[in-house]
Amino acid sequence: MGTVIKAEHVGKKYVILHQQQEKYVTLRDVIVKKTTSLFKSRARLNNTKSPATEKKEEFWALQDINFKIEQGDRVGIIGRNGAGKSTLLKVLSRITEPTKGRIKIKGRIASLLEVGTGFHPELTGRENIYLNGAILGMHRSEIKRKFDEIVDFSGVEKFLDTPVKRYSSGMYVRLAFAVAAHLESEILIVDEVLAVGDAEFQRKCLGKMQDVSQRQGRTVLFVSHNMQAITNLCSRVILINKGLVIQDDTPSKVIRDYVMFETSKDGSVFWNEDSAPGDSTIKLLAVKILDQKNNIQNRFFSKSKIRIQFDFILKEIDPDLVIGFDITDEDGVVIFRTYQNDSKQEEWPSFQKGSNSIYCEIPSEFLNVGTYYISPKISLHCKKWIFNADPLLSFEIELNHGVSPFWNVLSKSNRPGALALIIPWKKKTENF
Amino acid sequence: MTRSKENEEFDLVIEGAGSNKRYWSDIWKYRELFLFLAWRDILVRYKQTVIGLAWSLFRPFLTMLIFTLIFGRLAKFPSGGVPYPILVYAAMLPWLFFSTSFNDSSNSLINNSNMLTKIYFPRMIVPVSSIIVNFVDFLISFALFIGLMFWYHFVPSWTILTLPLFFLWVVLISMGTGLYVSAVNVKYRDFKHIVPFVVQFGLYISPVGFDSSLIPEKWRLLYSINPLVGVIDGFRWAIIGNPRYIYLPGLFLSLSMTFLFLLFGVLYFRKMERVFADTV
Repeated sequence: MGTVIKAEHVGKKYVILHQQQEKYVTLRDVIVKKTTSLFKSRARLNNTKSPATEKKEEFWALQDINFKIEQGDRVGIIGRNGAGKSTLLKVLSRITEPTKGRIKIKGRIASLLEVGTGFHPELTGRENIYLNGAILGMHRSEIKRKFDEIVDFSGVEKFLDTPVKRYSSGMYVRLAFAVAAHLESEILIVDEVLAVGDAEFQRKCLGKMQDVSQRQGRTVLFVSHNMQAITNLCSRVILINKGLVIQDDTPSKVIRDYVMFETSKDGSVFWNEDSAPGDSTIKLLAVKILDQKNNIQNRFFSKSKIRIQFDFILKEIDPDLVIGFDITDEDGVVIFRTYQNDSKQEEWPSFQKGSNSIYCEIPSEFLNVGTYYISPKISLHCKKWIFNADPLLSFEIELNHGVSPFWNVLSKSNRPGALALIIPWKKKTENF
Repeated sequence: MTRSKENEEFDLVIEGAGSNKRYWSDIWKYRELFLFLAWRDILVRYKQTVIGLAWSLFRPFLTMLIFTLIFGRLAKFPSGGVPYPILVYAAMLPWLFFSTSFNDSSNSLINNSNMLTKIYFPRMIVPVSSIIVNFVDFLISFALFIGLMFWYHFVPSWTILTLPLFFLWVVLISMGTGLYVSAVNVKYRDFKHIVPFVVQFGLYISPVGFDSSLIPEKWRLLYSINPLVGVIDGFRWAIIGNPRYIYLPGLFLSLSMTFLFLLFGVLYFRKMERVFADTV
C-alpha cells in the first residue's frame, strides 16, 4: 500500500485570444500584424489615442489542485461541465503539461479519455486491436497474449476481419473498451466513455473496472456524469469546481451535497443565446418545471402533474435529434429516463427551424415524497452527445394522493421507494 | 524524509516547463509504435486504392522521362558515359524519398490530431513514422531502377554496397526537416500552402536533372550547403562508381548541414511539442 498519485498545487492556464475565432494562429496573420504594428507604432507617435490592442485573457482551467490517492482507491471525479475534470485527466495522463505544481506518480498509467483513439475505419477489427494496443503503450507480445481475452470481452469475434467502418457504434465501442481494459497498468484513468454503448455493455464495463480495482488491487480514476455508476464503483469521490477541489469524501456524501448545492432550486434554468449550451444543430435556451397553470414551480403535491419543458433554437432539423432527461433521486439513482421520441412516431412533437418548445408531463400519483433531480440529455442518436449534464434542476414532492387511512397515517414516517403507486389488490376467487 | 528521497519513491514526476527527463527512454519504450503507425498508413494506402501501388511506380518513372527529355535531349547536358535515364534515376531515388517524406511529415501531426489530444506517447513518433512509410515507396522505385539497369545493360559498380549508408543519410535529412516542418504546421495552419512551393523550389536547387560536376568549381562548395546535394552526389557515386560525382569538401559541408538541420529540428520539435495538445 502507499500513495500512488500525489498532486501538489497543480494549475493549468490557457490563454484565450479574443480577437480570433480559431484557436491557432496563421502565418499570414502574424505577418500582417507585424507589418501593421510597425506602421501603427509610428502612427501612435502622432496620435495620442492608442489603437485597440488584441485582447488576451488568461483562464485557469485548474487553479490549485491537491490530493493524494492511495493504491487500490477507486476515485470518482465529478463536477459541472467546464469545472476542470477533463483538464485534470489530461494533465494526469501527460497529454498536456501543468502550468504550475507537480504530480508524482508511482506505477504505469493507462488512460482512456476517449473510446477508440487511433482506430482506423478502413482497418479490420483484428488490425485495430494491434494498432490501438500499441498506441496505448502495449507491446506486440503483450497484445498477442491477451488477444483472445480481448476478443472474448468485446464479443465481436465474428467480425474480426471486417473493417470497423462497417461496425455498429455499439460494436465499435465494445472493441475499443476491450483493448483498453486489458492494459497492464497499476493505475487506470477513465473519462466519460461509458456514456456511449448500451446498458448491458455499460454494466460489463463497470464490472470490469470493479474487477480490476478490487481483485487486482489497481487504482481507478473515473470521471462520469452518471452518479449511479460513481456510487456503485467508487470508494471515494472528489468534487471539482472552477479548478479547485471542493470536496473529497465518501460517494454518498459528496454526491448528495453536489446535487443539493449545484442544482437550481427555483424550478428553471435559463441561458442567453451566447452562452447557451449546444452545437451547430441546437441551442438550449431553457429548461423549466411547470405546474398545470404554466407557472414555474419547484414544489408539487403528488396529486398534480408535473410539466417539464425545453425551450431551444434549432439551426437545422436533424432526424436523429433526441431530447430528454433523467429523473434521479438524492443518491443519484436514476428513477427513469424519457425522450421525446419514445412514443409512436405520429405522436412525436414536430420541430421547426428557429425557436421550439416541447414538454412532457410526469404523471400524477406516481412519485414518492422526496427531492428529485432533472438531468437533461440531448444527442444525435448514436452519433454524439450534445448535452449530457449532471442534475441541473430539482423539485420536491409532497404526498397527498393517499386514499387509504393506513397510508395517510404512515406517510408521516415516509414509505420507502421512489414511487408511490397505489396498486389495487383483489381477492382471488375460486372460479377465476 | 528528505525531498529527493521522497521523489525517488515515485516513478514519474509530472511538472511544467518540459521537464520530462524520460523522453528518450519513453521513445525506446514506444519503439513498436513507429512501425505500427507506419504499418497502418501502408495498409490503409494499399487497401483503399490499387492506384496506391501504381502511383509509386508512375511518379518516379514519369519524372525520370521528363528530366531525361529536357536535360539529356533538349539541353544536351553531358551524361559522363552513362545512359541519361540512369543518371537521373540515381538522383530521383533520394529526391523522391525526401520530397514525399517532407510532404507527409508536414501534415502528420494535424492528421493524427485526435490521437495527440487523447493519449500520451512521445509525439516525435508521428512524423518519424510517416517517413518510415516512404521506405516502401523507396523499395518499389528501387525495383523499377533494377529493371531500368537491365534495360540499358548497365552494371553498377561495387560501390553500390555503400548505398545503405547514403540512404541513411537521406533519412536523416528527411527527419530533421520533417520534424521542423511538422511542428511549424501545427503552429501556423496556413504553412501547408507553402510546403508544395518549398518542395518545388528544392527540386530546382538540387542536382536531380543534371550532374552536379557541371557546377563551376568555385561555386560548388557554396552549392553544397543544400544537404541534398551531398546525398544525391553520394547516390550517383554509389551506383555509377565514377569519382567525378564526389566533391569531398562539399560532401562534408552537406553532411554537417544535415546534422545541423537534425539538431535544429529535434530541438524545435521538443520545444513546440509541449503545446501540441492545446493547439492542434
